Amino acid sequence: MRPCLASTLSDPGCDQYTSSFCGRRTLGKSLFAKVWDAHEVQVMPNGQSQLLIGLHLIHEVTSPQAFGMLRERRLDVPYPGLTFATVDHIVPTTNLALPWEDAIAQKMYEALQSNCSDFGITYFGPGSGNQGIVHVVGPEQGLTRPGLTIACGDSHTATHGAFGTIAFGIGTTQVRDVLATQTMAIERPRLRRINVDGALQPGVTAKDIILHIIKTLGVKGGVGSAYEYGGTTIEALSMEERMSICNMSIEGGARCGYINPDDVTFEFLKGRPHSPTGPAWEEAVAKWRKWASDPDAEYNDVVNFAAEDIEPTVTWGITPGQGIGISKCVPSPDTLPEAERDIAEEALAHTRFIAGHPLKGQPVDVCFIGSCTNGRLSDFRAAARLLKGRKVKAGVRALAVPGSEQVDAAARAEGLDVIFREAGFEWRLPGCSMCLAMNPDKLVGDQVCASSSNRNFIGRQGSATGRTVLMSPLMVVAAAITGAVADVREVCDVKTL
Amino acid sequence: MGTINAITQVTGTGVFVRGDDIDTDRIIPATFLRCVTFDGLGECAFHGERFREDGTSRDHIVDQPQHQGASILVVDENFGCGSSREHAPQALMRFGFKAIVGGSFADIFFGNSTTLGIPCVCMESQDRARLARMVQDTPDAEITVNIDALTITVGTETLPVTLRNSARQALLSGRYDPLNQLIEAKEKVAETASALSYV
Repeated sequence: MRPCLASTLSDPGCDQYTSSFCGRRTLGKSLFAKVWDAHEVQVMPNGQSQLLIGLHLIHEVTSPQAFGMLRERRLDVPYPGLTFATVDHIVPTTNLALPWEDAIAQKMYEALQSNCSDFGITYFGPGSGNQGIVHVVGPEQGLTRPGLTIACGDSHTATHGAFGTIAFGIGTTQVRDVLATQTMAIERPRLRRINVDGALQPGVTAKDIILHIIKTLGVKGGVGSAYEYGGTTIEALSMEERMSICNMSIEGGARCGYINPDDVTFEFLKGRPHSPTGPAWEEAVAKWRKWASDPDAEYNDVVNFAAEDIEPTVTWGITPGQGIGISKCVPSPDTLPEAERDIAEEALAHTRFIAGHPLKGQPVDVCFIGSCTNGRLSDFRAAARLLKGRKVKAGVRALAVPGSEQVDAAARAEGLDVIFREAGFEWRLPGCSMCLAMNPDKLVGDQVCASSSNRNFIGRQGSATGRTVLMSPLMVVAAAITGAVADVREVCDVKTL
Repeated sequence: MGTINAITQVTGTGVFVRGDDIDTDRIIPATFLRCVTFDGLGECAFHGERFREDGTSRDHIVDQPQHQGASILVVDENFGCGSSREHAPQALMRFGFKAIVGGSFADIFFGNSTTLGIPCVCMESQDRARLARMVQDTPDAEITVNIDALTITVGTETLPVTLRNSARQALLSGRYDPLNQLIEAKEKVAETASALSYV
């Protein structure tokens, strides 16, 4: 089934795909509208909303300048209990003993610690058992809860939308605004509903769903929009899988992405360190349920996908939208719509992958499993099941980087680290690592990396000539075993997953 | 900080950096985010494309002599996609750019730039191609981006641009840095927070 693209053309759309926009007098409200309206402090003179932020997450890269601005203006943080900090982007994943090899990274790390202590902000540092990638930490602490507005100086903040929150990546000046006022100025985006229905084929994961959505709707298809994901396929996903989908909303250009909360959400949150307990738990769940979109909620447009159309998906270019099903060939630019040709040519000039040929068989130098997209326990569990008893191809460097200290501890408790090590992976300490290579984990020269991360931008993994092929953790395992981009369904027994 | 200086127009020479989907990693590679201030980021703008790994120049368009001092950056579609790093517009600003003219902009980049007082105006592709040609052929031509009239003037030619109304109002009123307005609503914030049981 082809996705319905007609509705993307105008705003607000009023066509056959617009489920509830026309012909009814009263419409229900979406989760987006409910949460936005409840958090809107005022409409500002320029038409933007001043939005209260229920949870603010900070890390060492985009916050130091914000604290500097606060100090310059002698401003305080009025709601320090609504901001939480961790260190993730620059942490080394081999050895955390001070001094770090990278003195600048250490300075950033120390700046975050002292800023948190000066302003009374809770900080999850290395060794606390709670440090990790900020978008892994928020949910596992139970800080990310349905109905919240969330902001963080990181574009993958959309991850938290998996819990029925509206979660925005923001710049440093906005981090200052949230610290100083617990609010920020933002224009209300339009709302698109994305349905995915049906059963996924074995070996096809949440990562493939989102890569498929982005390749279909394009990297700027979501500009000015919030995405609501739904449908039977999405509803059947675990919370960790839902996070992988919402995480990459930004790669489709969307301002945020979310999934309505349900029993799967509540089950995940039960017993987390910051989750309510006792009678307060039941009350919280009853409240959380009400944030979900009404059945007749209003959307600016609706796009439909069929799960059966999705196969393991890999990228061949320099944007996350330049993807193909693993059975397909790298497209020749002249077969693409005109608007996509120049960037396709630029991409092929960089990756030197061959148009008209499959990507399957392309040798890889590095394999990376980790990141805020796919660095959670279930990712390592699934990968370990396929990896057990197999070996990483000689000459391939393979890294497994857990998303948090909690993921690391849980994985070790199950012996997953041993399976990875015995197969030839390095099992590292938690952090963002080779997703963006701000720490020492970098590609060298024009290495090709099979990566479970979220961006294949030029230079993203630390080498200006490095080449990234985005894929699911299962597909990274297949690449690691064969030493080349491979179809996991041909390399491993995916039916046992 | 909290400037009240209205931005009604930006005038200067231009440079055209070709390509759709230029992401913020390309505008400022992550390694240069290893800092605790934004100082010195200007030299690192487009670093991976301007310099080889041994540090020698690739003679990128922004480094060519005819474009030295350019303050208007002309780009293609979806400029600034990817990471939310404000380091990207900070680097461009510190490099010397005061306005960006493109086909379209990624949301977070657009917001970050506006807050810094850098207008990001959009142009239809035919007009943009024309502007890009003029910038290439006559690099010393003075370009005026008029935020009030929503036009770009080069010599005798005037072309239309668009700009999201909220950004236009913010720039024209000089209130593109919203902090003072946000602080002023302190009591309303407390009411909203209390209604939501946040405090």
